[in-house]
Amino acid sequence: MFTVDNTLTALKAFASELQEHKAYLSDLDTPIGDGDHGFNMSRGAVALEEALNEENFENVSDIFKTAAKTFMSQIGGASGPLYGTAMLEMAKASQETAEPAPIIEAGLKGIQKRGQAITGDKTMIDVWEPVVEAIQKQEISEALIDEAVQATEPLRAKKGRASYLGDRSVGHIDPGAMSSGYLFKVMLKAGVFDE
Amino acid sequence: MKKIINTTDQILDQMVDGIALANQEIVERLPETNVIKQKDISQQVALVSGGGSGHEPAHAGFVGDGMLQAAVCGQVFTSPTSDQVYEAIKAVDQGEGVLLIIKNYSGDIMNFEMAMDLAEMDDIQVGKVIVDDDISVEDSEFTQGKRGVAGTILVHKILGAAARSGKTLDELVTLGEQLVQDVKTIGVALSGATVPEVGKPGFVLEEDELEFGVGIHGEAGYRREKMQSSHDIALEMLEKLKQAFDWQAGDQYGILVNGMGATPLMEQYIFYNDVHQKLSEEGLDLAFSKVGNYMTSLDMAGLSLTLIKLNEDYLAYLNEAVDTAAW
Repeated sequence: MFTVDNTLTALKAFASELQEHKAYLSDLDTPIGDGDHGFNMSRGAVALEEALNEENFENVSDIFKTAAKTFMSQIGGASGPLYGTAMLEMAKASQETAEPAPIIEAGLKGIQKRGQAITGDKTMIDVWEPVVEAIQKQEISEALIDEAVQATEPLRAKKGRASYLGDRSVGHIDPGAMSSGYLFKVMLKAGVFDE
Repeated sequence: MKKIINTTDQILDQMVDGIALANQEIVERLPETNVIKQKDISQQVALVSGGGSGHEPAHAGFVGDGMLQAAVCGQVFTSPTSDQVYEAIKAVDQGEGVLLIIKNYSGDIMNFEMAMDLAEMDDIQVGKVIVDDDISVEDSEFTQGKRGVAGTILVHKILGAAARSGKTLDELVTLGEQLVQDVKTIGVALSGATVPEVGKPGFVLEEDELEFGVGIHGEAGYRREKMQSSHDIALEMLEKLKQAFDWQAGDQYGILVNGMGATPLMEQYIFYNDVHQKLSEEGLDLAFSKVGNYMTSLDMAGLSLTLIKLNEDYLAYLNEAVDTAAW
């Protein structure tokens, strides 16, 4: 269940994870992208932390809306619109429900619509989709998230800059999948998926 | 890494100020944004382009009468955010509509299209042309499609002149879509580029290696080989272009040799000489030429070769005078 408290805790923790791992995320992006995923996400994370500390939030939707605006206006590249759209759709869905499955599923649909990628293309969707399924079945766990992130390693990229590498994109974890993994782990830790 | 910068987090801001200050007769910085806009815009469809920084003089260097009315500068090698593009659109619209010229990268497309949606909610007419001139990558459903690279500059020039001549937004979109089919580019790298925040090159080529088909952010190319002469490099690249265009003797073409940032003009002219000779032997009528750094990739060594299949209109538009810092 998303509450104001656990949503704020999770997103603040997401912001610090992104800053802490910015070099690692950029390293993942170097062989298959242009090496800046960590720096871009961390620019958004710094702004997100500031924005979340500034306001007094009365509902979950406003928190996601703030995250959406911050990511869209600070990150750029493909990650800004993709994370921004996900947060925006989650803001809309959380006006109707507090249940995590439909909210995160709305985020997934936003990413799919914006990025035109499908499962197996070696993108963040390869983490979002199994996570949504696991939440629905109440089987979400840290191990499952890790597994989904790792499962992008043997894939051949079909979207984004990594797609130009063809077979040479095999053997690298997708950086967007990794940052998405951080997001779901902090949600898990904050108790979002508890009954 | 050895670069003339202050701190890595201020690169964009300080570069944009520098561009505005150095060209203050022509352009100005749109306050609170990383947008460089033309100072006095005439009544016409306004052209907006942009993308990640690190490609200077693209795109801000092509802002001015007869080319772009605004360029949106993103972080290094990262497309600008949609709100920045939206601000640019609002600032240059003269009531005739705005044409976005976008390079075919997923980030650029997403951010520019989101800005387009925002502007259309304000009742601003917005059209787009997506440039995908890089023939070194496959245009298949298993990739992002062909990339937009140096040929984009020729698209800016031709559409810029056409917009100034009074063409409508719809006419410009149609012209742009045709034009993109007639412009093709292929690149070669001798060394990788170092993004300042990353601090090390995106890829490493040995002293005696080169790579054909690299993108403007150091994306991998299609083949890595031992270093070769300018003549042989030209032959390889022209062979690819010939297959893509299927030209016949007597056809009229224009040439753009573009430096990637760390290749001296001397080498670019030597390469141009090889290209010109070879194409003349093929019987092509070479009616337009440009050599220099137009779409760079920070400190990457290498160059790209763009050919445009000309017609009378394109040629006239290319030859029109403009008032920009870098054309």
